[in-house]
Amino acid sequence: MSARVGVVLFPGSNCEFDVMEAVRSLGGEAEILWHGEASVCGVDAVVVPGGFAHGDYLRPGAIARFSPVMSAVADFAAGGGPVVGICNGFQVLTEAGLLPGALQKNRGLKFLCAVAELRVESVDSVLTSATEIGRTLHIPINHFEGNYICDTDTLARLRADDRVVLRYVDNPNGSIDDIAGICNEGRNVVGLMPHPERAINDILGSGDGIGLMRSLLESARVGSSV
Amino acid sequence: MQFSVQVEVRLREGIADPQGSTIERSLPTLGFDGICDVRVGKSIRFTIESTDESAARAEVDDMCARFLTNPVIEDATVSLVAVDLDTVSGP
Repeated sequence: MSARVGVVLFPGSNCEFDVMEAVRSLGGEAEILWHGEASVCGVDAVVVPGGFAHGDYLRPGAIARFSPVMSAVADFAAGGGPVVGICNGFQVLTEAGLLPGALQKNRGLKFLCAVAELRVESVDSVLTSATEIGRTLHIPINHFEGNYICDTDTLARLRADDRVVLRYVDNPNGSIDDIAGICNEGRNVVGLMPHPERAINDILGSGDGIGLMRSLLESARVGSSV
Repeated sequence: MQFSVQVEVRLREGIADPQGSTIERSLPTLGFDGICDVRVGKSIRFTIESTDESAARAEVDDMCARFLTNPVIEDATVSLVAVDLDTVSGP
């Protein structure tokens, strides 16, 4: 049975179809989870996609965390379900308290639209389990507020617990410790600024996102078979 | 009682402020020299109905901690003034 991935749709999300296309092209099933419904509808994994949820008013993710679906996503995550936040989705997950830290404006104050080189730092997470440590991946970035920051205690914990799953090879946005993606203590919630769903075919410039998306689908399958 | 509230949200000390730095670098080109420590924040104003000033302040502080600021990167200063309903016609 193929994994069912729910993609959260807020007013202002704009990467939901890219994520669904990526999931389907790798053999998974994908469906929209409307932000106003307080349910994840029995899916095996949840993706909070990129965009500008609720217009990014106040702060990116600040309003989105109050959408009814987010309490269902939090329950799903607390039960060990795989949850991945991409770009604006990462911002939403930090605002919702599912991941530590915050995303602030890029150093240099430029909106970045480029391909970033990432290094896989941990394969112990729902988004990196099917990849290899040290592998470099070319994945698009597309953000203004992607400069990850957290206090020194949090950073020490992230490092000690091997929870920095992806780092930039050449830090584009000023993120502390070159962090591109992190996971929670349970390793089932991952947030990252780069867009793996946009790197699933060579005609898109890179297929390096396949390993990441496949990791998510495999994690989802493991969950659904339990 | 009604209170007129102004919440000033600013980046915590030590958090880089690229907007502030950019403004600071631009000022000398207009001839404004000797300016440093430029920081950009935001101001949120509203009116709140509450039993007294301390209750209003407690509610606004809670609002700041849970919603109006992200405590990881931001601080807030709250100013609160009782509204005299007889004389005030608008902000």
